[in-house]
Amino acid sequence: MATAHTKTLSRIMNLPSIILLFIWMIVPLGMTIYYSFQRYNLLTPSRRGFNGWFNYEFFITDPAFFEAIGNTLLLVTGVLAITVIGGILLGILLNQAIIGRSIVRILFISPFFIMPTVSALIWKNMLMNPIYGIFAHIAEFFGANPVDFFAVIPLLSIIIIVAWQWLPFATLILLTAMQSLDQEQQEAADMDGASTLAKFYYITLPHLARAITVVILIETIFLLSIFAEILVTTNGGPGTASTNLTYMVYNRALLQYDIGGASAGGIIAVILANIVAIFLIRAVGKNLEA
Amino acid sequence: MGNIVLEKVNKCFGDVEVIPSVDLDIKDGEFVVFVGPSGCGKSTLLRLIAGLEDLTDGKIVIDGVDVSDSTPAKRELAMVFQSYALYPHMTVRKNIAFPLKMAGMPQDEIDKKVMAAAESLNLTDYLERTPGLLSGGQRQRVAIGRAIVRSPSAFLFDEPLSNLDAALRVNMRIEITDLHKELKTTMIYVTHDQVEAMTMADRIVVLQAGNVEQFGSPLDLYNKPVNRFVAGFIGSPKMNFVKGKDADEFNAHEIGFRPEHMKVSTTKGRWKGVVSVAEHLGADTFLHVKTKEVGTIVTRSDGEINVNYGDTVYVSPNTDKIYRFGADGLAL
Repeated sequence: MATAHTKTLSRIMNLPSIILLFIWMIVPLGMTIYYSFQRYNLLTPSRRGFNGWFNYEFFITDPAFFEAIGNTLLLVTGVLAITVIGGILLGILLNQAIIGRSIVRILFISPFFIMPTVSALIWKNMLMNPIYGIFAHIAEFFGANPVDFFAVIPLLSIIIIVAWQWLPFATLILLTAMQSLDQEQQEAADMDGASTLAKFYYITLPHLARAITVVILIETIFLLSIFAEILVTTNGGPGTASTNLTYMVYNRALLQYDIGGASAGGIIAVILANIVAIFLIRAVGKNLEA
Repeated sequence: MGNIVLEKVNKCFGDVEVIPSVDLDIKDGEFVVFVGPSGCGKSTLLRLIAGLEDLTDGKIVIDGVDVSDSTPAKRELAMVFQSYALYPHMTVRKNIAFPLKMAGMPQDEIDKKVMAAAESLNLTDYLERTPGLLSGGQRQRVAIGRAIVRSPSAFLFDEPLSNLDAALRVNMRIEITDLHKELKTTMIYVTHDQVEAMTMADRIVVLQAGNVEQFGSPLDLYNKPVNRFVAGFIGSPKMNFVKGKDADEFNAHEIGFRPEHMKVSTTKGRWKGVVSVAEHLGADTFLHVKTKEVGTIVTRSDGEINVNYGDTVYVSPNTDKIYRFGADGLAL
């Protein structure tokens, strides 16, 4: 039915939703760009006016800026590493024929359904608390000093919390991919004398390439904008040790009331996300073809 | 060497006994075909020999060594799967080289063997392609190439031609037969297609419900079927069976006669009937004749016969070529 007539018709019929989506995107972006060139602080709202590149200069020269970019990238790569590697291993485990497999799988997926603030608070108060957290009790049981996670290793603690939330997602996607692995291929590899490790490396891993790509791309989108976990645990601290770009923008807008500066930070974050996206698509995007 | 002996081989899946007890002695260099209706256990038997399924009971001996508990790789057999089971992300070269690489062979030796295999299978132009870019016949050849590079003691084929179109199937059939003549290695071939079985095999194993009904050369099976099942299974179109007073005449519970051993006449003959289907194939004509006395009889006569749907004809069996069966189904 791909005649010229139906094509034109489908374009016209699609137009309203495309226009709506475009407005949805371009108005906030345009406003952010506009504010990023304005002097606009809520504490002194009367002193408004064009500010040139000052907001950008001010944001970039902030000593916390490069640390925030570093933290953002560390957070993304750390969580990706844990979830992809852990997801493959857990996927293999859950792919075995065990009793009550479907129940185990549902139990396993559940962390993904818990909202970020709740899970971060559980980790903060029940697990990682240096006085009454479970990890502290375990450390004391073995006679060791409890670790004050959010004071000593704030960023790593957040990476652990976020990885815990995203591990089920990675596992689920990878498990599904493993289930579609052709049985006869594995048997052929058996006949060809491949060991279990060789089979994993030469058959399973290449088969998972596309699923791993999907996991990396989707997780990156969400991990670049991690916010709630930082807000309820460390508040970006101590100092700026666990501040990422998202948190820094929040800090500028809602703690320092600097709308112009925060908008400039937002635009920088958009640019950074696009740079990451270009690299990602170049690096792993070819796995999605064919 | 590739002498494969099965002793009282038994296989159960849970409570279901798929193969009650099979004894076979496959000689070195023999081309043996397992044939039978679907679900008769022929593929399971092949997988038991390959080591892809565990034996429930019994013994498998290859070249005098009991391999019942050995891993597939240790048995030094090569298998060609129905779906080819090529590794989709590897090039043809890497696919063929895979078993050698797993065996830890040095790279220059691998290259030499892969080239030799590719040349003998006309695959040299496709070595750098991935299986996804090949046609069905080429994939089949790659699968065979992956099997022959290892110089196994026997080849196992699991319905390898069932995914090919008819013309290609005939070609590959000849290629596999040639390959067998060239390599002189034992081959075990599973199929449900009796034409493949009859044309390729040195000896055929006819299986039904996990039991070996008969093990013999193709013409043995055709000329001297041991029971009614084998008689009905081998030959196309199927043998006609008649019970009752016509059988009593030959001192049998039931008699069978092949369509090609029938005389068709428009004037006189043993049974009178009406043609319900006339299949004119050119060289042959198959007539399905509905008779009052003995039901529908299928005949095969040469293509010249001018009989069509609805005509009345007389059919009579060639009494020299009648197969007689007892009440237990065994040939008399």
